[in-house]
Amino acid sequence: MRLVSAYEIRDKYLRKDMLPTIFCPGCGIGSVLQFTLRAIDELGLDPDKIVWVSGIGCSSRVPGFVNFDGLHTTHGRALAFATGIKLANPELKIIAFMGDGDAAAIGGNHFIHAIRRNLDVTVILINNFTYGMTGGQVAPTTPKGLRGTTAPYGQFENPFDIAQLAVAAGANYVARWTVFNYIQGINSIKKALSKEGFTLVEFLSPCPISFGRRNRMKTAPELIRWYQQITVPLAKAKKMKPEELEGKIVIGEFVDRDRPGLVREYMEYIKRAKKMMGWEE
Amino acid sequence: MKLPFPVGKADFIQGDEAIARAAILAGCRFYAGYPITPASEIFEAMALYMPLVDGVVIQMEDEIASIAAIIGASWAGVKAMTATSGPGFSLMQENIGYAVMTETPIVVVDVQRGGPSTGQPTLPSQGDIMQAIWGTHGDHSLIVLSPSTVQEAFDFTIRAFNLAEKYRTPVVLLTDAEVGHMRERVYIPNPDEIEIVNRKLPQSEEEAKLPFGDPHGDGIPPMPIFGKGFRTYVTGLTHDERGRPRTVEREVHERLIRRIVEKIEKNKKDIFDYESYELEDADVAIVSTGIVARSALRAVKMLRENGIKAGLLKINTIWPFDFELIERVAEGVEVIYVAEMNLGQLYHLVKEGANGKARVELISKIGGEVHTPMEIIDFVRRDLK
Ligand SMILES: Cc1ncc(C[n+]2csc(CCOP(=O)(O)OP(=O)(O)O)c2C)c(N)n1
Ligand code: SF4
Repeated sequence: MRLVSAYEIRDKYLRKDMLPTIFCPGCGIGSVLQFTLRAIDELGLDPDKIVWVSGIGCSSRVPGFVNFDGLHTTHGRALAFATGIKLANPELKIIAFMGDGDAAAIGGNHFIHAIRRNLDVTVILINNFTYGMTGGQVAPTTPKGLRGTTAPYGQFENPFDIAQLAVAAGANYVARWTVFNYIQGINSIKKALSKEGFTLVEFLSPCPISFGRRNRMKTAPELIRWYQQITVPLAKAKKMKPEELEGKIVIGEFVDRDRPGLVREYMEYIKRAKKMMGWEE
Repeated sequence: MKLPFPVGKADFIQGDEAIARAAILAGCRFYAGYPITPASEIFEAMALYMPLVDGVVIQMEDEIASIAAIIGASWAGVKAMTATSGPGFSLMQENIGYAVMTETPIVVVDVQRGGPSTGQPTLPSQGDIMQAIWGTHGDHSLIVLSPSTVQEAFDFTIRAFNLAEKYRTPVVLLTDAEVGHMRERVYIPNPDEIEIVNRKLPQSEEEAKLPFGDPHGDGIPPMPIFGKGFRTYVTGLTHDERGRPRTVEREVHERLIRRIVEKIEKNKKDIFDYESYELEDADVAIVSTGIVARSALRAVKMLRENGIKAGLLKINTIWPFDFELIERVAEGVEVIYVAEMNLGQLYHLVKEGANGKARVELISKIGGEVHTPMEIIDFVRRDLK
């Protein structure tokens, strides 16, 4: 297959009048955006039938830069809005682009319930371990001991493992990569976009400005090195003892299953209702 | 289309049930909600009917999600509603602002109960008037309707959808536990007896490129719904005519917010609705809304029988509010009594409208009981002495 250049992807999918983006130098959001657009391109999906939904945060600004229908909503609520769009018009494919604070803190309840329902949506989740847009407060993903402006002495709470949370809540597909896992990342998004039900691809994404700077990692390369230290591929993790995995983040593909999605379940429900009322043809 | 309830004839039903049936006849095909007394019966009726008319009904995880889902459904091109009571309505406020800012037609029903907080779940109240008008943050305007009877609950629900579509705005149907739970005779019309308004869709590429512009000069942009190839970006941030975020330019914000507010204000004559009884020669006016207006009407009749020239102004649209009408009424009477089930919310609007032309007195009652006509009469008599 021909490798499409980044310029082609940019020209084909971005809103030129919205550029430049708001993202800081060294930010990983742009890379994940590129992965997502490449996945769409490689799958040959119809951009007129894709809606991007987001909440509030740096990551949530992405739908503004792409030339698709997009709904930039309130903080944490993207998946609740997505539920309405998808059920009202099942023809549309929904991509929710979210931050870790957006998805797991203020939006935590919507997140687990969208997964429980198996809402047909692909979530691209930017996990930068912090609240980027508001300047580096701690997030529900901040590793213990690391600093944010609201925990200047080091985070004292336990972080969420978002991918594992999604697996437990019942997602059809869950994978986690760092933004440097280029091929795996794109392949995972392609898989996620091709499946019914709730699919999630989480990316550990550098935020040198709000997060790295406060944790002695001022640049993206420093964050890359740190990711290399703290991440463990799933296959390897399986052979490791719990003590060895302490403080590590497992990356890989965690689940890939085919439970019926919400749209299909609801269509069945309509049929059942009509049958029970004696309305069926 | 086959409907799951009888049409073209009267039925004896609850207010909540009437709201659900009216929504379906108005074209609502998406309902998202979260149970709460005294609004749950709306949801339960929707749960029965919606799948039968190929609509969507879904129980969300909370009220924030419910209103979010209906806004999403509206952008996907479907008429959508949610219903709740005070505590849930409070949770919805952030996204009501989002619907105002993004000019999304939706209908939100608030069947008021006694507050604040979880208050009196099963008892009526009119404590959410100010919340309905001003609950969300920032300068804004929306539409608030207030029915007094089960028939009006039905009729105003259809009107709520029509106004939402016409003005591309959220509409609040503000009622209370008394109207919601009371059973009355309601005429359920045939679909062809009902006037249905649908939102303007863009007629050209040019119009579709200005989802927040004013191509027709009426302040109401056509709405390019999702999935039609318009590639519309919708944001709650301050945005320009094309929908692009422009968050720091004063002029862009002012242009947007003024248009959103003015499209409601300038059409006050079309939106504001009221009824008056015997006001022409009245010395005293009673102003009331919702369930209390029914006691007030009785009180007016009894006051007349007792030689006091009273008249009633029954407010059907709480916002936009016709302050000039109140001033005209004030010019003709000595005193205006505002009877309402709270400590004075409609009162503030009436007092401002009266503009000093008449004395304005509040007849307030809280605790979950509607004013009896005698209570209103006693207050008026004592006051006039
Ligand atoms: C209701 C509400 N609370 C708080 C905020 C302020 N706020 C904006 S973005 C944000 C956090 C963003 O963090 P995250 O979701 O991790 O995304 P990132 O910016 O890191 O991509 C917060 C708290 C808001 N906009 N709305
Ligand atoms: S603050 Fe962090 S997440 Fe936000 S744009 Fe800058 S680097 Fe990216």
